[in-house]
Amino acid sequence: MAEPRFRTGDRVKVVKAYPPGHVRTPYYIRGCTGEIERYCGSFANPEELAQMRSGLPPVPLYRVRFPQEQVWPDYRGERADVVEIEIFEHWLEPA
Amino acid sequence: MKRTAAKKGEQGRYAPLSYFQLMEVTLRELLVGKGLFSEDDVRRQVADMASRTPGRGAAVVARAWTDASYKERLLKDGSAACEELGFDVKPMRLVVVENTPRVHNVIVCTLCSCYPRPLLGIPPDWYKSRAYRSRMVREPRKVLREFSLKFGREIQIRVHDSTADMRYLVLPMRPAGTEGWTEARLASLVTRDSMIGVALPRVPRR
Repeated sequence: MAEPRFRTGDRVKVVKAYPPGHVRTPYYIRGCTGEIERYCGSFANPEELAQMRSGLPPVPLYRVRFPQEQVWPDYRGERADVVEIEIFEHWLEPA
Repeated sequence: MKRTAAKKGEQGRYAPLSYFQLMEVTLRELLVGKGLFSEDDVRRQVADMASRTPGRGAAVVARAWTDASYKERLLKDGSAACEELGFDVKPMRLVVVENTPRVHNVIVCTLCSCYPRPLLGIPPDWYKSRAYRSRMVREPRKVLREFSLKFGREIQIRVHDSTADMRYLVLPMRPAGTEGWTEARLASLVTRDSMIGVALPRVPRR
């Protein structure tokens, strides 16, 4: 199993890509920059599972925290508000 | 698809099966016909699903309110802490998020409707609605106000989008005025909605 590449507190950017098929990275978060909240363990890649393949080796999964006002430029809440999302490692690059 | 309950005096309405209902019936009959499982297996699974209620989640919350070391274990590894209380939650990977005087947490699944079923049972219809799923992540304070929850500027709203393998449970704050209560009495205050994050546990007025 691959060692997780990122640690809690690391700044990461979500890859802005639009591959076809089943993907667990919501559109709204692609291209956004956040911070690793925790490493969740490694799991079979859902994009591969959806194609009836094994999804192995498992891919590290993280919870990433994003400031809401960065995700939504017209966000009407408070500056401190955040959204936290699970994102697989191949969707993240160092920021 | 909207199902309407028969109103008083109505005879009940019959509608043809929807596309997905028809698919379910067809697939089930095929699998039963091929002997992969029986009608009784289906009935048992449905009964098992219906037997999971938010009472399980409430018991977990009440224990965390009364036992600080349990709370610590719960926040560290939600699934293991539930199993300590005898709840078989496998294969769910549970992350418990704690409300504090400065932070309010709320759960949504924008991609589908992931939900901690082993602890809360079957999700309410609104949780699966497009409106909740798209708006809770986009304008959480406004949606929370529609649930009659208003938070001041000093409180951070944390929305948890359940997009992959984790499932989430909110650990609400223990309400004031419950000092000395038993775990069972505390659990009676913990509603399903308070563990999703769209309500707060309240002590009923006498």
